[in-house]
Amino acid sequence: MIGKTTNQRAWLLVAPVVALVAFNALIPMMTVVNYSFQETFGDNVFFFEGFKWYQQVLTSERFHASFGRQLVFTGVILAIEIPLGVAIALAMPRSGPWASVCLVLMALPLLIPWNVVGAMWNIFALPDIGLLGRAVNGMGIAYNFTQDPVSAWVTTVAMDVWHWTSLVVLLAYAGLCAIPDAYYQAAKIDGAGAWAVFRHIELPKMKRVLTIAILLRFMDSFMIYTEPFVLTGGGPGNTTTFLSIDLVKAALGQFDLGPAAAMSLIYFLIVLLVCYVFFTVVMRDEEK
Amino acid sequence: MRSFKWLAPAIYIVFLLLPIYWLLNMSFKTTNEILGAFSLWPQDFTLANYRKIFTDSTWYGGYLNSLAYVAVNTVISVAAALPAAYAFSRYHFLGDKHLFFWLLTNRMAPPAVFALPFFQLYSALHLFDTHIAVALAHCLFNIPLAVWILEGFMSGVPKELDETAYVDGYSFPRFFVKIFIPTITAGIGVTAFFCFMFSWVELLLAKNLTSVAAKPIAATMTRTASTAGYELGLLAAAGVLTIVPGAFVIYFVRHYIAKGFSLGRV
Repeated sequence: MIGKTTNQRAWLLVAPVVALVAFNALIPMMTVVNYSFQETFGDNVFFFEGFKWYQQVLTSERFHASFGRQLVFTGVILAIEIPLGVAIALAMPRSGPWASVCLVLMALPLLIPWNVVGAMWNIFALPDIGLLGRAVNGMGIAYNFTQDPVSAWVTTVAMDVWHWTSLVVLLAYAGLCAIPDAYYQAAKIDGAGAWAVFRHIELPKMKRVLTIAILLRFMDSFMIYTEPFVLTGGGPGNTTTFLSIDLVKAALGQFDLGPAAAMSLIYFLIVLLVCYVFFTVVMRDEEK
Repeated sequence: MRSFKWLAPAIYIVFLLLPIYWLLNMSFKTTNEILGAFSLWPQDFTLANYRKIFTDSTWYGGYLNSLAYVAVNTVISVAAALPAAYAFSRYHFLGDKHLFFWLLTNRMAPPAVFALPFFQLYSALHLFDTHIAVALAHCLFNIPLAVWILEGFMSGVPKELDETAYVDGYSFPRFFVKIFIPTITAGIGVTAFFCFMFSWVELLLAKNLTSVAAKPIAATMTRTASTAGYELGLLAAAGVLTIVPGAFVIYFVRHYIAKGFSLGRV
């Protein structure tokens, strides 16, 4: 790491970013905070309610249910995408035309608008007109993601793996490419096997990019909205209603501003807390 | 022993391409054929879906709107993030760590939280349904990301570069534009790629901040799905066309993706 000098004028360089982000973050956030403490019956008349909405949200079955679903979903996709992404990155060619072909094709899902991803998987998995739906049913497995909760979950997870594993691959690949050849040669001379090379050279070198990958996947999967909304609409029943879907239902569908705002803040604080803990642990590790 | 290592990426890529192929397949079919018969390729090949999109202004207008706000957002995000990332990579200043984390928290804020207040904020400023509103709103998550990525790249550039330039009599702005920015073009390419990507794919906020004049293509698709019945062929064609700009951008930065990531110790 390079040494940094102390220079308070650096604030001038940061000012445009602070202004732009503050405008977008602080004003709307204050609006949400305002709503979360008040009750309204329309006509812009508000009454102070204190922590009523927070209590209501924290004790509601509905919030617990969608929070639980969210935790399970995020856990499942992290458990699949991170190892899978690393494995594919390890198997990829490091240079040559095939490396470019791999990178270009793998980056493709990342650049498809999220509702198109949902719509695409919808028509891909439909039991009557979809390739996947036909194929799975043809193998004698009853599969219909619009009616069966298990199918809906499997489809949602498959869609997310399809959509986002490439991000992990790209980041892990970047980390691997940064390892100098000399390391591998040294390992070869020492007679290290593939596992030892992975455990003692590749994995430590990928630590920083994997941290970024895990953080990004955690944050994004925790706020997933558009794809499952288009794919399943949160159904069947409420089985794939994740936190954001539930939140939008409450805020824009039922226009329950108070509870929705309280839920927003609780939701945001949870994400923030997890990321903060993760961030400090990683930073402490790095400073060692 | 000949290695079968290539098999893993190959299978993965097939898995990635299958749904895209299916979308492409459907886009060349009529809606009747899609609903009537199951076939692995179009029996009754038609370009009617694409013709409709390229001739109907509500359709192609959607693409232009999306491209407009994405381009504006990418320019704003990268331009604002460049000096900030430089500050974070080179200097200690009061509250730098907290500021950096605060910026990142905005990347963590679920857009669903902001849907309603953003609508009110931009309406109050009379910016509702303009491209600039969406471009500014997307700064919320793109600027922190841009700062984060660029900071990684800049930290990889030895500090001697700066010091030599200052000794040679360069002023900060001149050094920054003439020397520093050219040395991190790869990093800027990767950053612009990510900004483009996250702005292009986001729909919740874009849809909330627009109604007619700046409506993104992805929102046009959802509207058509609900009003004009279920025109699957047309939807599929529109979906395929949303993949095209992304594919184009990837092709454009493919050398940066391959080399750039590793250069910048991301």
